Amino acid sequence: MPSKTRSKKRIDYRILEHELVPQHRVLSFEEAVEVLKRLGVKPHQLPRISINDPVVRLLGAKPGDIIEIKRRSPTAGEATYYRIVVVF
Amino acid sequence: MVYIGEDREDYIIKSIVMRMLPPREINKMARVTITRPELYESDGSPVPGGPRDPHFGAIEPGEICPVCGNTREHCPGHFGRLELARPVIVPYYSDHIYYMLQATCRVCGRLLLPQEKIDRYKIILKKLKKRWPLLAEAFLKEVRKEAAATMECPHCKSRQFKIRYIRPILFYEERPEGETRLTPIDIRERLEAIRDDELELLGMDPEKNRPEWAVISTLPVPPLAVRPPITLETGLKSEDDLTHALVEIIRQNKRLSNLIESSAPETMIEDAWLALQFVIAAYIDNELPNIYPLTHKSQRMMKTLAQRLKGKEGRLRGNLSGKRVNFSSRTVISPDPNIGINEVGVPVEVAKVLTFPMRVTPYNIEEARRYVLNGPYKWPGATFVYKKRTGKQIDLRFQRNYKQLAESLEVGDIVERHMIDGDVVLFNRQPSLHRMSILAHKVRVMPYKTFRLNPLVCPPYNADFDGDEMNLHLMRSQEARAEAEELLLVEKHIRTPRYGGPIIGGRQDYVSGAYLLTVKNRLLTEKEVIDLLGAAGYKGELPEPAILAPRKLWTGKQIVSLFLPDDFNYTGRAKINSGPLACDSIDCLHDSYIAINRGKLLIGVFDKAAIGAEVPENVLHKIALEYGDAKARELLDTMYKMFIRMLDLRGLTISLSDIDIPREAREEIQKLIREAKTEIEKLISDYRAGRLEPIPGRTLEETLEQKIIGRLNSLFSEAGKTATKYMDPFNDVFVMAKTGARGSEVNITQMVALLGQQVVRGKRVSRGFRTRTLAHFKPGDLSPEAKGFVKGNFRYGLRPTEVFFHAAAGREGLVDTAVKTSQSGYMQRRLMNAEQDLYVAYDGTVRDSYGHLVQVRYGEDGADPMATYHGKAVNVDRLIEMYGEIRESTNHR
Repeated sequence: MPSKTRSKKRIDYRILEHELVPQHRVLSFEEAVEVLKRLGVKPHQLPRISINDPVVRLLGAKPGDIIEIKRRSPTAGEATYYRIVVVF
Repeated sequence: MVYIGEDREDYIIKSIVMRMLPPREINKMARVTITRPELYESDGSPVPGGPRDPHFGAIEPGEICPVCGNTREHCPGHFGRLELARPVIVPYYSDHIYYMLQATCRVCGRLLLPQEKIDRYKIILKKLKKRWPLLAEAFLKEVRKEAAATMECPHCKSRQFKIRYIRPILFYEERPEGETRLTPIDIRERLEAIRDDELELLGMDPEKNRPEWAVISTLPVPPLAVRPPITLETGLKSEDDLTHALVEIIRQNKRLSNLIESSAPETMIEDAWLALQFVIAAYIDNELPNIYPLTHKSQRMMKTLAQRLKGKEGRLRGNLSGKRVNFSSRTVISPDPNIGINEVGVPVEVAKVLTFPMRVTPYNIEEARRYVLNGPYKWPGATFVYKKRTGKQIDLRFQRNYKQLAESLEVGDIVERHMIDGDVVLFNRQPSLHRMSILAHKVRVMPYKTFRLNPLVCPPYNADFDGDEMNLHLMRSQEARAEAEELLLVEKHIRTPRYGGPIIGGRQDYVSGAYLLTVKNRLLTEKEVIDLLGAAGYKGELPEPAILAPRKLWTGKQIVSLFLPDDFNYTGRAKINSGPLACDSIDCLHDSYIAINRGKLLIGVFDKAAIGAEVPENVLHKIALEYGDAKARELLDTMYKMFIRMLDLRGLTISLSDIDIPREAREEIQKLIREAKTEIEKLISDYRAGRLEPIPGRTLEETLEQKIIGRLNSLFSEAGKTATKYMDPFNDVFVMAKTGARGSEVNITQMVALLGQQVVRGKRVSRGFRTRTLAHFKPGDLSPEAKGFVKGNFRYGLRPTEVFFHAAAGREGLVDTAVKTSQSGYMQRRLMNAEQDLYVAYDGTVRDSYGHLVQVRYGEDGADPMATYHGKAVNVDRLIEMYGEIRESTNHR
């Protein structure tokens, strides 16, 4: 792979506890298949998240993993989003 | 010979390929080679081999093209070419040239990566391109970066040097012996060495492009049709800017080739070569950085190729996406409160021009005949008839015998009839910032020359009648009108899709009128009641009068209640509910808390908070939500007319006496001013003596400033309160401000009491002279008067210095609005362009034009904001209110 993906610099795990960082979770394969089916999308149609994203690095997700993000929403209280991990 | 004529073949364009123009094609399409910069001979004929050579195509009337044999109507124009003495870089390609030079070997032209990596990356790229086109781009960037960072060629082991690039055309190589400029010849040699199979990893498709095409030695010269000369009235020819630019290029080229031929010193040749490059860069884009722009003798910049395409008036935004339409009309608007909100008054003149193609059926054939009989000049008539049988088009303007034509009408014919009452039209006011800026109205043809608009519909258009003009479009198909009527009719936009609040509603006189009709002391005689209800078009019995003897009298609240739905419940504060009139329950002595129970207005006045435009959760909003838009429209077309009629009965007018207060009130205000002044003098002397305690985190000066401003503000509100205390509550100025119809407490205070502190840039006025605002004050004067505090009022006038301060503060407002509109306009344009292709799919997700997911559910809750209670999908309070009884103390919110 080209340079500079996954720099070795350590990330402070406390960012996960920060109130502005929504809850991220890596979906298992079965869950991912279910989500894709429910949304009626192929993986490449999902919004992306970089593998260099600090939270993704802390979770240790691999390219192609789907991350579930639970955000606070002014309209719906809580909203669930899905993003696919990509290399850049 | 090519002839483009009537019997041409039509093709469907499947795709368009954008690529660099290969030298082969430049030569192929060239019909003439340019060698001379002169345009015309002394006898006025074009110079052969000059930029006006006739081989560029026929443009004069009657001229026969020497290339294709057509006249100017059919000659497509032909390209020519200019052989450059030395090759030149095309400016817009130079960024790509830079990437290529960085990523390839300067000796062998290979990509600066080991063979295994090249093979692997090719496979990855192929896969990415299929599914992740955006990622493929990012991947290429990474590949390029990695290759550029390699300082030794993995293939031929030669050393690489850093390339320095100065936009748009200069390249330098940082060799150990010093920085050397790379000439276009050097660059072309290197680009030629790049292998086809490695091109795709450099982001170029080898089937379409070769990198060396970015350096040209033949310049294509566009046909004359692209740069037509114009003949002025004086008979002089004036050439297009492009022709002027071409002449400049030819001159520079000639100079360069002369220098080369006479084997001039290399430095001179280099200079001339560079000059040629700059001229060609300017010919392509005259606004490039680091070039010498081409100008006319008057220093005016020439409009070259890029300038024709760029910007608002450029070819793309100005011509290709700028649309013009037929069957539209524009004129001044004026108010007509007597027509419905769904209607628009259209002048007869307009109705006779905008026509609708009406298909004749057995059911409307008599109607169609009537139109034809009236002819094109008498409304409602017809302008054209299309006969189905013969396929002929008959223009009624050249037709004497309307009667015969009318009789000859048969089913299937089309009559182009005038616009008539009830036709659905689109009505628009610029700037169209909203979807409510274009709404469908039903036509009412009227005399005189303005479009008539119900003033209740002003808010969505943001229209007023100080000379505003609006556009009107007649839709020419039944589908279009049906769609417009269902989706765009005014009544379907009483609630805004922005947050679901009512955007249509009463303003100004409607608010004053509603208040004056529903105040506690309004008692109406039978005559007045009939008059009011007549204005509203009420049909039905009069209610039992509230007072039977000595004569029958009705309250305004009773009359209003006739229009409310029988099962409608509502509670809420009125606009007047503030200050001394504040109440927070229906036990309200000031009549400022509205309660409607089972369609009866029991207590509270109707003012802006109940019937106003852009006031969420008011009476109108709830009726629109719970009883439908049609019911809300009915209310706007009936009850609201009564509000206006109420003003006709009572009268609403203001005069100087309305902003006059008794002498003792004025003295009281003067006393307040004196008190504040002495306090501030004390502050200033404390400050000068160093006795002032600074507020934590502030300097001494800031502290003083803050304290003075605070005291002056409290003085202003005290003065305002004193003034209103002495004002008659049914004084019309006061009524308008209190009910929210027009003006505010601040406006009243400024008229009656004092203008108060004038603010520039959020501070007291402080600029002007070096240490003072005006020469009328001593240097360093910190007193209120010297820093823009105005004691005068609009009733009794301002002093000269006060006028100056007031003007300074007023100007700031004007400047702000001018700046804000341009900046927010540009921001909105960019937002619109970014979002215009997003849509809500049938599964409730939001997608872009590629079908990529943007939101899992529209707005995260899937709610249509137009149907919400001010953004909330469910309003629990309102549900309780609707289905529970009104409790003793409704203390919610």
